[in-house]
Amino acid sequence: MGYEKPLPTITRLTQPFWDAAHAGRLAMQTCRACGHVHFPPGPVCPECLSAEQDWKDAAGTGTLESWIAMHRAYWDGFRDALPYPVGLVRLTEGPLLVTNLVGDLAGAKLGAKVRVVFDAVTEDVTLPKFTLV
Amino acid sequence: MASQSPLRNKAAVIGVGTTKFGNFPHTDEYGLAADAFRAALADGGIDKRAIDGLVVCRIPSYARMGEVLGLDPRWSLTLPPHGRMSGIGIIEAALAIATGQASTVALLYANIGRSRRVNYGGEESPNVWDPWGFTSPGAAHALMFRRHMELYGTTTRQLAEVSVAIRAHACLNPDAVMRVPITIEDHERARFITEPLRLLDYCLINDGAVCLILSAAERARDFAQPPVLISGFGGRDAFSASAIPNFDIDFWHDPVAEAGTEARAMAGVERGDIDALMAYDNFSPTVLFSLEGLGFCPRGEAGRFVQGGTIRLGGSLPMNTDGGHLSNSYMQGWALNVEAVRQLRGGCGARQVPDAEVVQYVQATPCTRSIIYTRG
Repeated sequence: MGYEKPLPTITRLTQPFWDAAHAGRLAMQTCRACGHVHFPPGPVCPECLSAEQDWKDAAGTGTLESWIAMHRAYWDGFRDALPYPVGLVRLTEGPLLVTNLVGDLAGAKLGAKVRVVFDAVTEDVTLPKFTLV
Repeated sequence: MASQSPLRNKAAVIGVGTTKFGNFPHTDEYGLAADAFRAALADGGIDKRAIDGLVVCRIPSYARMGEVLGLDPRWSLTLPPHGRMSGIGIIEAALAIATGQASTVALLYANIGRSRRVNYGGEESPNVWDPWGFTSPGAAHALMFRRHMELYGTTTRQLAEVSVAIRAHACLNPDAVMRVPITIEDHERARFITEPLRLLDYCLINDGAVCLILSAAERARDFAQPPVLISGFGGRDAFSASAIPNFDIDFWHDPVAEAGTEARAMAGVERGDIDALMAYDNFSPTVLFSLEGLGFCPRGEAGRFVQGGTIRLGGSLPMNTDGGHLSNSYMQGWALNVEAVRQLRGGCGARQVPDAEVVQYVQATPCTRSIIYTRG
């Protein structure tokens, strides 16, 4: 059986994020002009509107801002995973990411420290996920 | 003394129409909207030829809609199918009337989501978080409610009171889809969809259509119904963190506060003058967020505020007296605005708010809007 959950739509803008994840790094678009870090990536910096954007590795750390358990499968590929945890993480660099939480969630609380882990779901695609520290 | 807003009481609602709400696979948006339009014309005793402005929302083609109804308006506006467009459409129509671009505007909304089995998530609405299985407006509201629980100690039993109160109102509305009373225990036993949210925290999905007809206030007495004035409105958009759809890390608190303050100032009313509040209740937590944003209770206190019947008929601030999206009909804000009008006309029977003179509508969404209606 192949991987049946949805895979990312990789575009020119998001390719660096997925390339980095494949290499076990969490990369964020970072403005060359003002240093603002943002996700998802855009054609210009949402702060200063510069089109000069770099990708820089994030520390892979952050805080838990919220979490839920999905009890409904909107895709058949998630049916066997129900209920599965989804977390909202504020990276140390600032951006908010929606992600999956892996490992023991007994210590989940607002502001709990988390760090990135990498889940190679297919040969080509690696999903950054997070675990409580 | 502050000068009165030139937009206060410039436009009035002179006709409203709603279809039956349910599962209607034999018709479509145009058929449903035509039914609502006919009903609104009849309600207000309005001649179709008076309509010179048209707003359509969640209807595929404005031109086909005009063709179906035989309308060639001077002014028209097409809105995307998001519920948050209801407040925008009504405000834009009032502005078109106030600036003389149209004299009589029909606003039409139709939804066929039930018969066409719309899911509001998954492949229908792709987003950047799909690989992690995060989808649907309900999941976004669950993330917000969890934050509210963590920040303020709000409980799901307090949240249950929102669904229970609004269901109680639906039980008094003969047109509502859900008319079986529920209890807090029913809510607590309902299955999770996006934990901590349960089935009874979710709005309905049903077919139906709504029409409102607006005219200049000075002409509003020429029609069959007591006019209801659009006395004030305000709005704020929150687009800069749109990557997570239908979500705001701060519960749209400041946009709701600013929209509410603007609407009250335009209308010349105080918070204590509001006789009933119609709050966009796609998911029960938005009712709590609306109460806090509008300042009916302090931040973080909405869970305690709703306990004990505050938002029920007979309480200090009756809310969503038609049964809202949770129990009357998922008409994405449009039917709540119609309910505001019907309450001010005074013909709501068992669910009538006695002597209602000022009714507020609010949508705590990425396009927050609030409208204050008063008796003309």
